[in-house]
Amino acid sequence: MKKTIVSTLGVVALSVSALSASAATLDDVKAKGFVQCGVSQGLPGFSNPDSAGNWTGIDVDLCRGVAAAVFGDATKVKYTPLSAKERFTALQSGEIDVLSRNTTWTATRDTTLGLNFAGVNYYDGQGFMVRNDLGVKSALELSGASVCTNTGTTTELNVADYFAANKLEYEIVAFEKADEVVAAYDAGRCDVYTTDQSGLYAQRLKLTNPADHTVLPEIISKEPLGPVVRQGDDQWFNLVKWTHFAMVNAEELGITSANADEMKNSDNPAIKRVLGTEGEFGAALGVGNDWAYNIIKQVGNYAETFNRNVGPDTPLAISRGTNDLWSKGGLQYAPPIR
Amino acid sequence: MADIDSQTSMNRAETGALNIAYVRSELAPAMAPPINESGVLGWMRKNLFSNIPNTILTLFALYILYLIIPGMIQWVFTDAVWSGEDRLACATIAQGGQLADGWNAACWPYVGAYFKLFIYGRYPDAELWRVNIVLIMFFVGLVPLLMPNLPFKRENLVFMLLIFPVASFVLLSGGNLNLNGFLLPDALMAPSEFKFWVDFLILTLIICGGVGAYMKATDTDPKPAVIITAITMGVIALILFVMSVDFGLEPVETDRWGGFVMTLVIAVTGIVAALPLGILLALGRRSDMPAVSLFSVIFIEFWRGVPLITVLFMSSVMLPLFLPDGVTFDKLLRALIGVALFSSAYMAEVVRGGLQALPKGQYEGAMAVGLNYWQSMRLIIMPQALKIVIPGIVNTFIGLFKDTTLVSIIGLLDFLGMINLSHSDSNWATPVQAMTSYVFCAFIFFLFCFGMSRYSIYMEDRLNTSHR
Amino acid sequence: MAVTDTPQGHEKPKVKLLNDPKFRSIIFQGLLILILAWLVWSMIDNAATNLQKAGIASGFGFLSTASGFGLNFSPFIEYTSSSSFLQVYWVGLQNTLVLAVIGVIFATLIGFIMGVARLSNNWVISKIAYWYVEVMRNIPLLLQIFIWYKGVLATLPTSKNSIDLGLFGFLNTKGLFAPQFIFGEGSGLMGWALLLAIVITFVLNGWAKKRQMATGERFPVFWTGLGLIIGLPLLAYLIMGQPVSTEYPTQGNFGPRGGMRVIPEFIALILALSLYTAAFIAEIVRAGILAVNRGQTEASYALGLRPGQTLRLNIIPQALRVIIPPLTSQYLNLTKNSSLAVAIAYPDLTAVFAGTALNQTGQAVEIIGMTMLTYLAISLVTSLFMNWYNAKNSLVER
Repeated sequence: MKKTIVSTLGVVALSVSALSASAATLDDVKAKGFVQCGVSQGLPGFSNPDSAGNWTGIDVDLCRGVAAAVFGDATKVKYTPLSAKERFTALQSGEIDVLSRNTTWTATRDTTLGLNFAGVNYYDGQGFMVRNDLGVKSALELSGASVCTNTGTTTELNVADYFAANKLEYEIVAFEKADEVVAAYDAGRCDVYTTDQSGLYAQRLKLTNPADHTVLPEIISKEPLGPVVRQGDDQWFNLVKWTHFAMVNAEELGITSANADEMKNSDNPAIKRVLGTEGEFGAALGVGNDWAYNIIKQVGNYAETFNRNVGPDTPLAISRGTNDLWSKGGLQYAPPIR
Repeated sequence: MADIDSQTSMNRAETGALNIAYVRSELAPAMAPPINESGVLGWMRKNLFSNIPNTILTLFALYILYLIIPGMIQWVFTDAVWSGEDRLACATIAQGGQLADGWNAACWPYVGAYFKLFIYGRYPDAELWRVNIVLIMFFVGLVPLLMPNLPFKRENLVFMLLIFPVASFVLLSGGNLNLNGFLLPDALMAPSEFKFWVDFLILTLIICGGVGAYMKATDTDPKPAVIITAITMGVIALILFVMSVDFGLEPVETDRWGGFVMTLVIAVTGIVAALPLGILLALGRRSDMPAVSLFSVIFIEFWRGVPLITVLFMSSVMLPLFLPDGVTFDKLLRALIGVALFSSAYMAEVVRGGLQALPKGQYEGAMAVGLNYWQSMRLIIMPQALKIVIPGIVNTFIGLFKDTTLVSIIGLLDFLGMINLSHSDSNWATPVQAMTSYVFCAFIFFLFCFGMSRYSIYMEDRLNTSHR
Repeated sequence: MAVTDTPQGHEKPKVKLLNDPKFRSIIFQGLLILILAWLVWSMIDNAATNLQKAGIASGFGFLSTASGFGLNFSPFIEYTSSSSFLQVYWVGLQNTLVLAVIGVIFATLIGFIMGVARLSNNWVISKIAYWYVEVMRNIPLLLQIFIWYKGVLATLPTSKNSIDLGLFGFLNTKGLFAPQFIFGEGSGLMGWALLLAIVITFVLNGWAKKRQMATGERFPVFWTGLGLIIGLPLLAYLIMGQPVSTEYPTQGNFGPRGGMRVIPEFIALILALSLYTAAFIAEIVRAGILAVNRGQTEASYALGLRPGQTLRLNIIPQALRVIIPPLTSQYLNLTKNSSLAVAIAYPDLTAVFAGTALNQTGQAVEIIGMTMLTYLAISLVTSLFMNWYNAKNSLVER
């Protein structure tokens, strides 16, 4: 495998030659042979490395899905761990191809930062976690509390809005890295830890005594989390968008990684279109016609990735709730493949 | 008393006076100095209890030491836990473990469990031998370089500045660099490794031609200059070739690098890159050409005026935007560029100190024997100036070595970054976890930095005597 | 030069233009400028195209929009989450300067004590000072910050079981909750009294010096000045009917409330910065004192000055001339190192402006640029001041 590190001489050489502008991310990805995926620096359930450097999580599965769609091989992904601060620059500068790092979709990010949100793979909301021995039952009792969170996130803004709107006093302590927030909260520097509720469940696992802490019922914001791509490359945007939709559609149609092969023989035209036995949807996306089949076969449908990474049987133990299918009272809704 | 006695007896002996029984005829044996002026007691009296304020100070200091030292020894050694499998080994009863409540001491099994990660980061287990070779090469190459009495300094320097960096690059990353040409338009020739070498050859010819033409235009014999240029380009080509050869080594991405090895990589790269840059900048700052000296001054003062952490932020979030579309740098490489530029400014000031310390006669002497600027710098000034500033260079390196810890803030997993990361492992989460790992880290850094500062003092003394 | 020195009567030897040093230097400089201009231009061009292509907003318009986030430390500037990003910048700068000034004061005190202790005849004292210096300056500052913050302050009792420091308030993981002075009506007079006392002391000092020059009599300026500076505000305090009261922190829902709150991040940074810098200052002080010729001390003794007077009137004024320049650069280092606050969430300029504000707006170029230029400006102003001071105080030699 050839490496593409730019050597010191290469720096000069490349700036001289003014490399041909690369508009099409898909072509670049195909040429280099892997998808470069920006992930978090460690958030269990979403994107988390084990000690051997293997990444797992719902955000990681999306990247694997993209790789499966492009190469038919879900392992052709390389991960770049990014802090909240670096994530957008990394995407803008082309260091990564897709940012799948529990990133909230907001108007500013969608417009002024040159980004496109390719869907929502997790509907979240901001919550609070407190120690049981404080005896706090509602966020409205938090006046005078110290609140720990990450800098540069929407949570920091929401918490300011919420406490101001409810006329509560508070002290914000904002750290650069999630691990530092957890450590500070664990040490008693703060009374409250606030972030997306899913994140609270995930980070609670890292505390010394997870059972001593409760997540409060209030949700103070909408946090639609999803994969992000650069603006101005519609082909790549479509591919990432439809990777997520394919997984949701597969769940709706009952296709799983286990039964994907037999489903190929199904008579249901909707299933046939997803699995590529009917129609030319893959070609329209610029990938093979069995793109969705590869995603489902190698990564699984949306329910599978959800249950595997954050679902009730995992340590995070999050129920589907708003992330259930629209037909079951949730918000996950994918446009049909036709 | 004894003095007078001996004097009188001597006088008598000299004058050959009578031999009276009660008068000594030979010297009395010298008495030992009074007990409170010599030995341990005397030393203590002189240095610790010379007067009342001094005595009070001593007692106060001893009391402070009494407060600190036994506690430290207990914390690090006697009370510390030395073996265990997980956090329960280092937890008090209230925290679910076995130790008495109120226990607070080091938890060494945690450091033991993480030792490999602290040193090598997440480097793949199967490839660790490569890192070990690099480390061995580093110390084997460095130690004789630091001993002034050993021969082969030039060969040693070439090894450390040329062979070692290339070899460690190949070993650590796996080499096999992708070269695909840079000069000819793609339409003429498809990008490939072959095209790169064609391009490189063309570039070499152009440069050699340019140098030759310039030499000819200035009535100098172009031959030696062209040959030197060609050799330089050949060495560069060789380096690139070695880097691009596929040795069959498994490539290891830089995000798997980490721990103390990464700290060393950053510090050594920083200093190796900073030295030539710093020399050029120092010469530039002292240059007669206003544009050159102005540029050097601005460059040096800019980097010295800003904190390193903002430089690292710049390299991690701003630099990517300044590069042409499609060109991206590895995160580690970006940090390295930042560190190298930053330390080159400090290095320039160190070198300038050496240049200024040389007497003017050296410059004039060099000119008088007809050397041109670069010759006089290379043959007369630099060898002397660099020798004077060796302690300064070592001190800059110590500073840089300590400053590498800052890369943990931009998310690189250097020694300190790896230690902070290990704190999120709930397997070992106890209140003493942070302090234990920091004490370990501080000890390693102290060992290295203190050793280097001793060396710098030793060199300083050595150089001092040779100049007097 | 060689050209003009040629013997008369001969023709000037023809020198090729390229061999003329003047011409060469112009060519060389021109080339350098061209390359630099090209580099700068291509960087700006790249940035502009990248920003435009990616559709990223640019310019300084963001400075006037509301920040939307809160900050937990702003001693002098009013700040709420509806303040603008420009306000965020000022608060960050303020916090950096507060940190730097207090750090410098502590570092100087500890550094001078350690530097003098290092030269002490007392063996134990000088060895303690020696190991203090070696340990402190050979351990990375960032590590020291973490040791204080995560190793020491984070292991303090939680806010429910604060350590009661009596008069000094409470200490717990959330910081120091000290009593605060509440300046009531009429306390303004105390401020004026203090100012008056300072002015009088200065005038007194000038007068005493003049008198000593003229008559040789000395006047105890220090004690009189101290008396004035304490006495006058005290007098005002009594006259105005004791307008100053102290507010003690009380136990609230989430630990102590009220009083003066010092956040643990600040304490950790002050401890680490001042102890670390003090080690360097100690070495500077030691070198400065050693640089004063031993003959100076002997001469002072010969004149009948006592050791204390010798130090105060002879040694220190001369040592200061050596000490001040490197001392200033240590102060600068401390100021730059205060940017490590970003590692432990103290809202200084780097953490809050180049961190939070950058994250919220995404305008990396503008914000990092502003931050670096600010630090640069602080450095340049300080070095200009130092140059001026040096010029003023350098030995006037004949």
